[in-house]
Amino acid sequence: MDASAVAFTFLAVMVLGGAIGVVTTRNVAHAALFLLLSLVSVAGVFILLMAEFLALVQVLIYGGAITIVLLFALMLTRAEEFSNVRDNPQWAVAAVAALSFLGVMAGVILNNKLDTQELAGPSLEGLGTELFTNWVLPFEIASLVLLMALIGAIILARASDGQGQGDTLDPRSLTGTDGANDQTPEERS
Amino acid sequence: MELYHVELLSAALFAIGVYGVLARRNAVMILMSIELMLNAVNINAVAYAAFLDPSRLVGQVITIFVITVAAAEVALAMAIILRLYRARATANVDEADSMKW
Repeated sequence: MDASAVAFTFLAVMVLGGAIGVVTTRNVAHAALFLLLSLVSVAGVFILLMAEFLALVQVLIYGGAITIVLLFALMLTRAEEFSNVRDNPQWAVAAVAALSFLGVMAGVILNNKLDTQELAGPSLEGLGTELFTNWVLPFEIASLVLLMALIGAIILARASDGQGQGDTLDPRSLTGTDGANDQTPEERS
Repeated sequence: MELYHVELLSAALFAIGVYGVLARRNAVMILMSIELMLNAVNINAVAYAAFLDPSRLVGQVITIFVITVAAAEVALAMAIILRLYRARATANVDEADSMKW
């Protein structure tokens, strides 16, 4: 085994171990940290595949943005259930579905080994030129998608002002017993 | 390291993501599993760009777009989950069934 094979094996174990941690741990914060391990290891795989720019983007966006957003949202919700989440009763069906998918894919992959060229990557200059010439319309649409997602996220997550309190959970509306106590003495008399 | 090694890694990662989406009940956990599946696709695209594409570019460009959409998706999904949590005091997708016919 040469050096790249050793590095690939190590990184593959990290990727799959982190992913299995994500889907098996009961604590959501632990799952976010496992996800970070898995995604950073994917950046290592990108480096082995001669995609240095994508490895950098992967660490920046997944490691630096997505995982932090997930952890921040967990902190903002303060949910006790997040430290001990339960799985579906259908987890056995899910395991069968995942394993059969893996079996089919492994069969297809191992029976169709494609003729490959020597491993190499594009220059960063070539990637930028391609992105801003042949792919410039999808690039602009992607920026529009990001803008709309940003605006939509702000509108959705904005703390409701006084008028919007009606859609939060009000315990009194569930019991319905102490509604009379809400009236002021003037109204009651 | 051959192409099929990378393809097998990608398939295994995608299968783990499928299991997570189907077996988890917490919305944040489902979101993380979707991220795993998107990363499996990215690994595949980059591997094909490096091993098969003569220009070695298209797979990487597509991966950039996938990462962009994943970032937008996480921002929106976390906003929806925060909203759901405020309204229902739960992030369990089995209990958010008021739109189910």
